[in-house]
Amino acid sequence: MSEKPILLEMNGIHKSFPGVHALDGVHLDLRAGEVHALLGENGAGKSTLIKVLGGIYEKDEGDIIINGEKVEIRNVKDAEKYGVSIIHQEIVLVPEMSISDNIFLGKEEGPAYSISRSAMEKKTQELLDSFNMGLKATQMVSSLNIAQQQMVEIIRSTFSQAKIIVMDEPTSSLSDKEVDALFDTIRNLKAQGIGIIYISHRMSELDQIADRVSVYRDGKYIATREVKNTSVDELIELMVGRAVGNYYNRTYNDCSETIMEVRNLSNKKVHNVSFDLKKGEILGFAGLVGAGRTETMRAIFGMDKKDSGEIIIEGKPVTINSSKDGLSAGIGLVPESRREEGIFPDQNIKFNETIKVLNEFIKNMRVDSKKETEIAEKYMKELSVRAPGLGTFVGNLSGGNQQKVVIASWLAAKPKILIMDEPTRGIDVGAKAEIYAIMNDLVKNGVSIIMVSSELPEVIGMSDRVVVMRSGEISAILDRTEADQVTIMKNAVNI
Amino acid sequence: MSEKEITAKKSILDSDNPVIQYVKRNGGIIIGFIILCVVIQFNTPQFMTWSNIISVLRQISSNLYLASAITMILIAGGIDLSAGAIVSLSSVIVATCMVNYGFSIPVAIVAAIAMGALIGFVNGTIIYKTGLPPFIVTYAMQCICQGAAYVWTGAQPIRLTDKSFIFLGTGFVANVIPMPLVYLFFILIFVWYILNRTKLGRHIYATGGNEKAAEFSGVNIKHVRWFVYTFSGIMAALAGIVLSARMYSGQPAVGANAAMDAIASVVLGGTSMGGGRGFIGGTIIGALLIGVMNNGLNLAGIDSYWQMVAKGIIILIAVYVDFVKQGKKLRK
Repeated sequence: MSEKPILLEMNGIHKSFPGVHALDGVHLDLRAGEVHALLGENGAGKSTLIKVLGGIYEKDEGDIIINGEKVEIRNVKDAEKYGVSIIHQEIVLVPEMSISDNIFLGKEEGPAYSISRSAMEKKTQELLDSFNMGLKATQMVSSLNIAQQQMVEIIRSTFSQAKIIVMDEPTSSLSDKEVDALFDTIRNLKAQGIGIIYISHRMSELDQIADRVSVYRDGKYIATREVKNTSVDELIELMVGRAVGNYYNRTYNDCSETIMEVRNLSNKKVHNVSFDLKKGEILGFAGLVGAGRTETMRAIFGMDKKDSGEIIIEGKPVTINSSKDGLSAGIGLVPESRREEGIFPDQNIKFNETIKVLNEFIKNMRVDSKKETEIAEKYMKELSVRAPGLGTFVGNLSGGNQQKVVIASWLAAKPKILIMDEPTRGIDVGAKAEIYAIMNDLVKNGVSIIMVSSELPEVIGMSDRVVVMRSGEISAILDRTEADQVTIMKNAVNI
Repeated sequence: MSEKEITAKKSILDSDNPVIQYVKRNGGIIIGFIILCVVIQFNTPQFMTWSNIISVLRQISSNLYLASAITMILIAGGIDLSAGAIVSLSSVIVATCMVNYGFSIPVAIVAAIAMGALIGFVNGTIIYKTGLPPFIVTYAMQCICQGAAYVWTGAQPIRLTDKSFIFLGTGFVANVIPMPLVYLFFILIFVWYILNRTKLGRHIYATGGNEKAAEFSGVNIKHVRWFVYTFSGIMAALAGIVLSARMYSGQPAVGANAAMDAIASVVLGGTSMGGGRGFIGGTIIGALLIGVMNNGLNLAGIDSYWQMVAKGIIILIAVYVDFVKQGKKLRK
């Protein structure tokens, strides 16, 4: 491993923003053909470092050495010139253009007035085939799923002669099967001698894909380890600067009382879904992306139409046709994508936390601001949202803190049943552990939680029972004693 | 982040004092406004006279009826291009009701306002039901209503002579305060109240800030749309009535540019075109800026075509300055 040449070295990188020393003498080195993972809590400096490398920010101080030569990267064009390509979390493809047109975007072949489409399509097809993707070069990008779109982005960056590819949380919206396909692609890239910088919050992936891992904390470089010589515990300790106890800390309650029964729920996306939810339990929902878990939850909460089926809460059938009905039936739904469905980014924490309980402090056209602040402060403290104050714009918070604000807004509504769809997606370990602790506290206090999650360790570690879904139907309901990765996956995939 | 850093970030600018908040939000445009006033006063000393100030306020009041409603629409993530045509149509309706059909003043006013409310309601319903962009829906409505106003009157003004109706636009309360300003006062209070003191107000901000999140939060998006567009229709109808009274006539073209002027005032006042952010206080200063500029150019004897050019330039500069300011503020 160590004989491989060093592709990139970043030494003593400093970068300051008004009030923040975001990078404080940070180091990173990358060898050809290795996958080098970057770990750190949000705000540790990973993304700033990547943006310096990608030419989005200009460094204040420090050296960037690519192929033994000191280079200056001032803008994105420079970065491209030196073979650096960044694949962002958000996909940046043009949906209404074909794969081939996207890959050649800005580098079209032939003269400007008559580009040679067929030649480009042929080359694209060769590339797609070399990565074993069953796709056609002429397919529209909008017809691909997220995983396939990501692959197209990766192929595009290899096509533009990238030697260093940065992947920022590439798996955050992929199912396990899609992750496997992505990892195959990454191995393929490694074999071509491309160096890959890999950012992920999923520790479990490191074993599978990464060769080395560097840890950052508070804008400082902490350490680099060979993945095979380290452990998850050691890495977490390096990340948070202290030893962390058991990650999934559950105290199981006696759950005998049924709080909600869902009977034969059906609509366009889900078929005949029936299950019980017990008071004080965490009911995990596992399955592949597209198995109908989110759709089930939306239908229960009243966001989507139900064609048939019954929902019985505390023994009484309830009619839920809108989210308002869902709220008044005592249900809360922390949605899957916090940015698109959860937060009001241009509003402050106070607004975000109290939007669901306006009735409690706006009465007879009068706003009880004291009460409003009280509510907001209570939940800000309870969830330890880290921000300068209640007036902070939520759009300026880190992902973990945004998620805490979203959860806070639901807790303020005091639901009996809290549905959490991917509650820890894209947030750092520290915040994850905090959210698990909050969930544990909630069920201890008699709230019942449905947790939809694509991270199997999370489902297994947190749930009392696990419901597995497959193509819109429930394929198994497992007790926590029988819920292991193999059993869940067997029920999740089509055989 | 340590406790110390957290407390250190609090400063006087985070204070809840409404005056500080107002100056902080609208600092740039307030300075621009003051500079403009000083420059005009320097050139034409009759600017800072009581009668001129009152006349400026009267001129901007009908723009502000529309602008205050459009402030709410923009905050809720929409836009209303039809407001101007509703002004024209309302002016025509109120005049024909009295002159051609011999209805009494209250009936004519109610008819015009009911028409405005209905058109606004239809706007809101179409936008909600079809999901078409508000820009297109209200532009189509603008064409329909402006066309209807011309068809109805054969594009001719209708003379109004009824003294008590004229009084509604030209009269004074206690001999000093023009009637249009009195209506404006109540409208501004009402809009401020809705936005800041009611559940509906929060729902308006939530809908424009993130429609999906609002829906998850139990906000009834349909009701929000209905309210803001209907209110806009009513305000436009009111503007049409007041303008008719001021001009002694029903004028089918009176509102032609009214929607754009109102939108310009709202955006000058710092309300986001993207929704979710905005303040009625900002809209007032935005309308004042446009009104004072027009007045200054009038006093300086510059013709109205050059005024349009000047208005365009000022809007570009002011909105750009605000954009840069907001960009800095939102960056991490």
